[in-house]
Amino acid sequence: MIEKRPVILLLLATAVIMVGTVVTMIAPFRWINDPKLRIAEVKPYTPLQLEGRDIYIREGCNNCHTQTVRPLLADVERYGEYSKAGEFVFDQPFLWGSRRTGPDLARIGGKYPDAWHYRHTADPQSMVPRSNMPKYAFLERPLDTSLTERKMKALGFPYAPADIEAVKGKSELDALVAYMQKLGSDIPWRKEARAAVAGELKNPFQDDKTVLAEGKEIYGRDCAQCHGAGLEGGIGPSLADIDQPDAELFKSVYAGIPAGGMPAFGETLGKDRVWKVVTFIKYQKRH
Amino acid sequence: MNHQEGYADDVVKGFLTWSIIWGVVAVLLGVVISLQLAWPQLNLPPYLTYGRLRPIHTNAGIFGWGIGSFMALFFYITQRLTRTRLWSPGLARFQLWLFNVVIALAAITLMLGMNRSKEYAELEWPVALLVVVLWVIFSINIIMTVIKRKEEQLYISLWYILAALVGVAILYLVNNVGIPVSLTKSYSAYAGANDANVQWWYGHNAVAMVLTAPPLAIFYYFLPKSTGVPIYSHRMGVIAFWSLIFMYLWTGAHHLLWTPVPDWVQTLAMAFSIMLIAPSWGAVFNGYFSMNGQWHQMRDNYLVKFLIFGITFYGLQTLQGPSQAVRTFSAFIHYTDWVPGHVHMGTLGWVSLVLFAAIYYVVPRLYGREIYSVGLANLHFWLAVTGQLIFSITMWIAGVQQAVMLHATNPDGSLHYSFMETLIELYPYWHGRAAGGIIYFVSLLIFVYNIVKTTTSGKQIQVSS
Repeated sequence: MIEKRPVILLLLATAVIMVGTVVTMIAPFRWINDPKLRIAEVKPYTPLQLEGRDIYIREGCNNCHTQTVRPLLADVERYGEYSKAGEFVFDQPFLWGSRRTGPDLARIGGKYPDAWHYRHTADPQSMVPRSNMPKYAFLERPLDTSLTERKMKALGFPYAPADIEAVKGKSELDALVAYMQKLGSDIPWRKEARAAVAGELKNPFQDDKTVLAEGKEIYGRDCAQCHGAGLEGGIGPSLADIDQPDAELFKSVYAGIPAGGMPAFGETLGKDRVWKVVTFIKYQKRH
Repeated sequence: MNHQEGYADDVVKGFLTWSIIWGVVAVLLGVVISLQLAWPQLNLPPYLTYGRLRPIHTNAGIFGWGIGSFMALFFYITQRLTRTRLWSPGLARFQLWLFNVVIALAAITLMLGMNRSKEYAELEWPVALLVVVLWVIFSINIIMTVIKRKEEQLYISLWYILAALVGVAILYLVNNVGIPVSLTKSYSAYAGANDANVQWWYGHNAVAMVLTAPPLAIFYYFLPKSTGVPIYSHRMGVIAFWSLIFMYLWTGAHHLLWTPVPDWVQTLAMAFSIMLIAPSWGAVFNGYFSMNGQWHQMRDNYLVKFLIFGITFYGLQTLQGPSQAVRTFSAFIHYTDWVPGHVHMGTLGWVSLVLFAAIYYVVPRLYGREIYSVGLANLHFWLAVTGQLIFSITMWIAGVQQAVMLHATNPDGSLHYSFMETLIELYPYWHGRAAGGIIYFVSLLIFVYNIVKTTTSGKQIQVSS
């Protein structure tokens, strides 16, 4: 019968399409972003952060970087606390992405100091030699702030006139870095997740020259971008004359120094490899 | 002949010409961005970076090549299945003009960084509005032609065409709702997890309503036309049709497994994705059973070869897809190169092979000339299949390898590899993918050459009947 009635066919097809649409797309609006799931610490974007987010969108960063940490061991160890719905309530649009050509950025905020981001965004290969990220040095140009206030109003974010003034004269890179540093850092997960280093801290590789090669390799990969290939320092302090007991150095590498911008490497490297890189650094001082 | 029957075919020719041009652009850009991933110094900021070019690649492929060809072939098929001249050829000519304006605007605005960031819905609101106008006038023309048809019975292809018309309209309108800030900037009306859920309801059903229903309409029309024997079962086609358009809409959240979208939405998506195997394979079996006693045509008839390989890739695609929609497997391969491998089996294998067959069938009839070279068509076929397989297989291996490395842990529970250690292992695969893409691009150039030569110097077909 329908074979001969195109209008009925059209209406029926629309109805059939709407069933799954109502259940899985429209109905969830009732539960997602429910006020009960709100996280009080999660704040809207400041004008500078919002401009940075718009540059992230303009450059299509979401084509290579995701922004959602899954509750899976490998994800949580690599990136940090898994993502909560309440953390994204100010994200219009969402930027979760679909492909991790580069690492996830949901928890990038507070991981590195600003100086790391400035250098890395402008010239990624200068810090991570085999990275395939394009160079974004052109973002050092001045930020266009003509729409900033309208953007804040459109999204209903609170701001003071001084906040809008403060954006003027900034570069696009300033805005992008401000956005990076806000990502995932509203909830105090970094402090809570900071690995507790328990038990006696004794270097199992003290004076063991066989681990120096591996220690050097780890240093070159994870430390040299900030502390220099020859430990001479850069974004981070020089380590050439570091005068700390092995145990102290181990703690800094393993758990990081959040106030100083030093990331924690315990979760990704594990104790053994942290001790190896400590052994390598200390050996350089002595020889 | 066609002209004697009074069909409006000039606009079919126009849409085919432009869809092929945009298809060449899409594949060329695909090759360029695959090289940029392997050699980052090929990024030329600000306009020619991977981040800005990749959306142009996907939009040119889906909207330029895909939808452009569908418009051409829907006009062709609908007129013949209804035995009725197009309702308004003038409107269709305007549509062709608007289509090219929209695709060109899309390419330019995306290169300038005017981008809403939602995949396959990147276009800023003024361009998106033009897309809506384009779709509305297209739909009116097709629906009016169907309504005033001379053939009472609606063949299954028309069902898929009609469903695609409403499906795309609903998806596009809902997902593109935004808050404009200026002519070139707007924000999504939805926030966070809501935006994600709306986006992937749209994204996955764009696969249903753009990359599944239209190619199926084309397949159901051109397979019997090419083999000369009818489709195996109209009833199976009808059952598969209704279950396909019912089930697809539930599955969007399989793109969001393990994210903060509610678990029950994810679980429904997972279950319906598995159930989708049935209607998908309904179409595959319909194709295969239609070949009963006709399998020798795989040897003798290059059109059949394109169509049967196409439907076979569709069958593989609709087994692989549901497997990826399972939580445990998704945890492993999601966000890796596995997924581009999967997507390109669908686009380069299934959709494009069926489109090639349809164009090879239609062009000689529209121009009254025989195909210029069957040998070149065969060469095109083998190069396309080879290029596509190299692309997809290298990406599947790369995806599995990176997944294994990303999940590897040491005995003390720490991660065995840093992110960079997993990335540098991908370079050889990226070289392989670029090689596959280049082979596919060469096959496309052979196709274009063959089609151009057919229209200009193919042997004239004798008007006999």
